[in-house]
Amino acid sequence: MVTAEQVWDALDEIADPEIPVISLVDLGVIRDVSVDGDTVHVEFTPTFLGCPALEVMKRSMEEKVSALGAHAEVEVVQDGSWSTDRITLAGREKLREAGFAPPAPRAAGTTTLVQLQSAVFRCPYCGSTDTTLENIFGPTPCRSIRWCQSCRQPFEQFKTI
Amino acid sequence: MSERAQQILSIADDELIVGWRDSEWTGIAPTLEEDVAFSSIAQNEIGHARALYELAAKELGTDADALAFDREPAEYRSAQLVELHLLDWAHTIARRYLYEEADRLRIEALTTSSDAELAGLAQKIDREEVYHRLHAELWAARLREEPRFCEAVEELWPYALGVVEPELRGELAKRVGLAEVAANERNGRSPEFAELWETMTEVRRSAPGAQW
Repeated sequence: MVTAEQVWDALDEIADPEIPVISLVDLGVIRDVSVDGDTVHVEFTPTFLGCPALEVMKRSMEEKVSALGAHAEVEVVQDGSWSTDRITLAGREKLREAGFAPPAPRAAGTTTLVQLQSAVFRCPYCGSTDTTLENIFGPTPCRSIRWCQSCRQPFEQFKTI
Repeated sequence: MSERAQQILSIADDELIVGWRDSEWTGIAPTLEEDVAFSSIAQNEIGHARALYELAAKELGTDADALAFDREPAEYRSAQLVELHLLDWAHTIARRYLYEEADRLRIEALTTSSDAELAGLAQKIDREEVYHRLHAELWAARLREEPRFCEAVEELWPYALGVVEPELRGELAKRVGLAEVAANERNGRSPEFAELWETMTEVRRSAPGAQW
């Protein structure tokens, strides 16, 4: 019989379809894994509701569990439980190495424009905090575009949600 | 249909249609930044619609796509504000601003609903909407003194009131800083809806029952 630990390890091999440097486990979207005989129950909580990668992620999880000889039941939980604070430390480091600035920690209250324009955002290339907000929106729902004044190039900033 | 399903469908229809209308700026917005912003906002709004339709579909025994695309025009519950086909930027920004203010009120109210599933989804939507509100607030602040923008806000105001239930309208008026007037209610389709529906459902209607 498959163990929950084996399932977690297998799910950790699934790369995020849009940012393949980080795994679904590092992204924090797997909320729980439980094993009941040949059935593996996975609680999955999406990042952004409009993320087009949801179906791909779901299918990848089912395939990984099948490869372990079990049957996956993926439950999609659509509540407020996922936030960018669920991205693991290892995941944040992988994002930075790949040129995506990891999200700032969630502050009490909602994100304000003043926070987005402040200097807490570090350039993933040169480490400078002399960066400015270019566009709240970017190539996918989870990213904004910032500009580094120091090394003079744009970079993608994970939105804090 | 239960009151719950009707309420969820009203919000889902608003989100789908506003996402559709916002996406009409993809490729033709006045600046590239706004092209990206409107496309991204549209994607989020349609994502919210999908999640809300899924919730309603569980209760109604159908699926999200059927609710989004297989209903007759008269069965949609969208507010007239989102149905309007707006061709100029002042009106488009006025709608984004007014819609976000109205949407924020009803979503905030739902986050504390005793219906745990609905409250959970509202909390998730609320988090994502923060970025739409920032975008709308930035534009509203920038255009506040512009006569064209002010006229557009005034023109769309009765439509904005129709987005929320009567008990939230006083609060909406307070937040927007306008006097409460008679609302354009969501019980009738705007003239522009027919054309939108034709286009939006065309592919599904071309092959009924097909698996995509």
